[in-house]
Amino acid sequence: MTAPFLDRVAAGETLCGDGAWGTQLMARGLEPGNCFEAVNLESSAVLAEIAARYVEAGAELITTNTFGASPLNLAGHGLDERTEEINRAAVEAVKAAVAGRAHISGSVGPTGRILAPYGDADPDKVRRGFARQIGALAEAGADVVCIETMMDLAEARLAVTAAREISSGIPVIATMTFNPTPRGFFTTMGNTVEQACSVLADAGADLVGSNCGNGMEAMVSLAASFAEHASVPLVIQANAGLPEDRGGVLHYPESPEFMAGRIPALLDLGVAVIGGCCGTGPDHIRAFRTAIDRRRASAS
Amino acid sequence: MDHLNEISESLQRGDHLRVAELTRKAIDGGTAATEILDRGLLAGMDVVGRRFGAHEIFLPEVLLAARAMKAGMDLVKPLLVSGNAPSRGKVVLGTVKGDVHDIGKNLVGIMLEGAGYEVIDLGTGVDAPTFVDTALAEGARLIGLSALLTTTMSAMREVVDLARSGEHDLKIIVGGAPLTQDFADAIGADGYSYDAAGAVALVKRLLEAA
Repeated sequence: MTAPFLDRVAAGETLCGDGAWGTQLMARGLEPGNCFEAVNLESSAVLAEIAARYVEAGAELITTNTFGASPLNLAGHGLDERTEEINRAAVEAVKAAVAGRAHISGSVGPTGRILAPYGDADPDKVRRGFARQIGALAEAGADVVCIETMMDLAEARLAVTAAREISSGIPVIATMTFNPTPRGFFTTMGNTVEQACSVLADAGADLVGSNCGNGMEAMVSLAASFAEHASVPLVIQANAGLPEDRGGVLHYPESPEFMAGRIPALLDLGVAVIGGCCGTGPDHIRAFRTAIDRRRASAS
Repeated sequence: MDHLNEISESLQRGDHLRVAELTRKAIDGGTAATEILDRGLLAGMDVVGRRFGAHEIFLPEVLLAARAMKAGMDLVKPLLVSGNAPSRGKVVLGTVKGDVHDIGKNLVGIMLEGAGYEVIDLGTGVDAPTFVDTALAEGARLIGLSALLTTTMSAMREVVDLARSGEHDLKIIVGGAPLTQDFADAIGADGYSYDAAGAVALVKRLLEAA
């Protein structure tokens, strides 16, 4: 078994994350609009297969298929009463594939609702929903809680707070999605990198950073901004670029080689976890791991 | 004109109660509904749209402004309908199949109604036949498609392909966070807009040119 996740981060190691799950499931026939987390109840074999391919490619964190498994999301599919079961099943499904070679990272995505006063979601209800999901993930044996793709800092803070209610010790990653603008990076709700760094760390996140929304080039700029403002280690998980339409098929343009070519820039910034988001697959992760290992070898 | 300016400024601040109060006052004072709409509500929303496009304000401010716009519209709309302001045309809006996000689409709907269009909002998770059949049945000449998830963008092409497969002259416009003009061009859409204010300008251009 590897050393605990936070010990490795504290020792200054850079860990290789895994790649996308949503686009991997879609490549295996899942249609957008279906509840991706229902797969956890129906066919754990496909989850084990994806996890095994990522571990084999060199991923040291394996994400659970629970991005939309808070009861608020699941309610849209009439599955909120099965929240605990769905989250537990996702962890169980990847355990065998991981077999102590990687840390299991319990994914927690946004509820898709807008918090009051701008929208109608009650913050208390959202926080309690996150706590239910995170409680089930932790109980099933997730090593890390990975709060990701957050666009509203207030919602991200509720998720981190919920994780800390569940456990003071479980490692918590919190990453947000930013849009590049001529005035700098902002989330959809207008939060800056500086605000994200201070609010998320204050709420109890052990690592902060960004995932989704950008290809590798913009992510390197974002990472530089995070490195300037964050008091805790960083996580960066880029998309394989923004999808293009190729005759009716969505194509993510950035190749494993292209993305891996920018890994040294992320390593120079001291990023602690480097993985992929939408459009990345095992080949990207293999290239990332090679780039990370090359740096490890030259440092030792 | 001061009271119309005040409506515009209250709307920009997102103060829906004040907008409703001032709109009611203006109506009672005999200001024409079209004046209140154009020089108060829409003038305010125009500033909000421009500031959003310049990344000076973000979604929260726009949501509050839209709520204020709606508060004013609710009072003004009955007067427009009973008056002789003709509809500028029908537009069908919806979020595509596989996607449940509707904030952007709702904003576009409010703005289009404000600009005088009749909006048929099909909601979220709408499949291609529903878009096209509704447009044809209602006599709408334009369909607006929304998507937030990168994974649902491909559903937009299905709507374009279906609309183009018949002899219909349907214009299709697309919008949503992950979209670009290039993507709109690639799937053969008639237009793309970055934000709601731009969408209104786009609809005007497409329907008036047609």
